[in-house]
Amino acid sequence: MSEPRLVEVRRNVLKQNDVIAHALRSQFRAAGVFVVSLVSSPGSGKTTFLEKTLTQLQPRYRVAALVGDLATENDAVRLARSKAPVKQITTGTLCHLEAAMVQNALQDWNLHDLDFLFIENVGNLVCPSSYDLGENLRLVLMSVTEGEDKPLKYPTIFNSADVAVVTKNELADAVEFDWNAARNSIQSVRPGMQIFRLSAKTGEGMEEYLKFLGQRLAEQTAVAQI
Amino acid sequence: MHELSIAMGIVDAALDESQRRGVQVSAVHLRLGALSGVVKDALMFSWEVACQDTQLQGSQLIVDEVPVIVFCTQCHAERELPSVQSFACPVCGAATMDIRQGKELEVFAIEVQEEEVQG
Ligand SMILES: Nc1nc2c(ncn2[C@@H]2O[C@H](COP(=O)(O)OP(=O)(O)OP(=O)(O)O)[C@@H](O)[C@H]2O)c(=O)[nH]1
Ligand SMILES: [Mg+2]
Ligand SMILES: [Zn+2]
Repeated sequence: MSEPRLVEVRRNVLKQNDVIAHALRSQFRAAGVFVVSLVSSPGSGKTTFLEKTLTQLQPRYRVAALVGDLATENDAVRLARSKAPVKQITTGTLCHLEAAMVQNALQDWNLHDLDFLFIENVGNLVCPSSYDLGENLRLVLMSVTEGEDKPLKYPTIFNSADVAVVTKNELADAVEFDWNAARNSIQSVRPGMQIFRLSAKTGEGMEEYLKFLGQRLAEQTAVAQI
Repeated sequence: MHELSIAMGIVDAALDESQRRGVQVSAVHLRLGALSGVVKDALMFSWEVACQDTQLQGSQLIVDEVPVIVFCTQCHAERELPSVQSFACPVCGAATMDIRQGKELEVFAIEVQEEEVQG
């Protein structure tokens, strides 16, 4: 055997996912649908928050949701109570969604019929950060009960997000939640990120966030018409 | 944990290169960014399993960890972040999200053994 030789190849390991995500993003833009993905730890309140979001947006907008879960369809059943079209993506042993799963799930939906599409990722603050899903906005959720330093423990996912939501706010006093500390840790790992503080349970604070979504959709539509 | 599926992706990429070039791969060099979302130790741990029953069995994974580099508009310079917990210039303290490096998850090179000519 001869001496080993070093050959430069430079191959992006997630190329395949990135290519599909890129295609999805173009498809979303062409259809005029604004796509929001949700990431958080298990149990932070994604489904509760999303059910509220779907219900409150529906009088004005056409909305739909995809929801990833390891094994159950429980979240899809809960979200379907909003009467919006909902589809479950069962990931099996995979702890995150990938662009191909989103593409697959959307095959028989006409995106032109939608204004907003929401994608609830599997509850996990590590793995989803590497996978672009073609979304226009990545929303990271944390609840007041899980500690102000969550962003410092999972900097990569917070850094990769576009907007943060701090939920279960009606419990803030009971758990002595330190709002300044939480805000500082978010700003430290993701400077300039907009943060909404709300309670999906009581609805407090939802209005401002829904207004923000409406603005983002309007901006995208305006850009598309130029 | 998604490191096993990432490791399998690396194996696929390396196998594809080895087949195209008709060579045997003895080691794979990976550039791994601090913001890639992939943990080095878990990846190393998954390597052997990912290589099992492929032509890469017995090969080595060599990970080159890539730090985050940001551009600081105050200093007009690229700066290496000492930690991903703080996106601020280590020199002047200005916050920045202008990320220039650190998201890499790239098979950078392969070490190959030319296939021996028969006869
Ligand atoms: N007090 C309070 N509880 C909430 C709120 N939002 C969600 N919860 C509760 O938190 C628990 C988890 O909520 P889910 O919405 O299922 O959380 P999730 O992030 O979708 O969970 P996974 O999909 O399993 O990761 C449930 O018991 C909810 O009732 C809130 O705003 N206030
Ligand atoms: Mg859920
Ligand atoms: Zn500086």
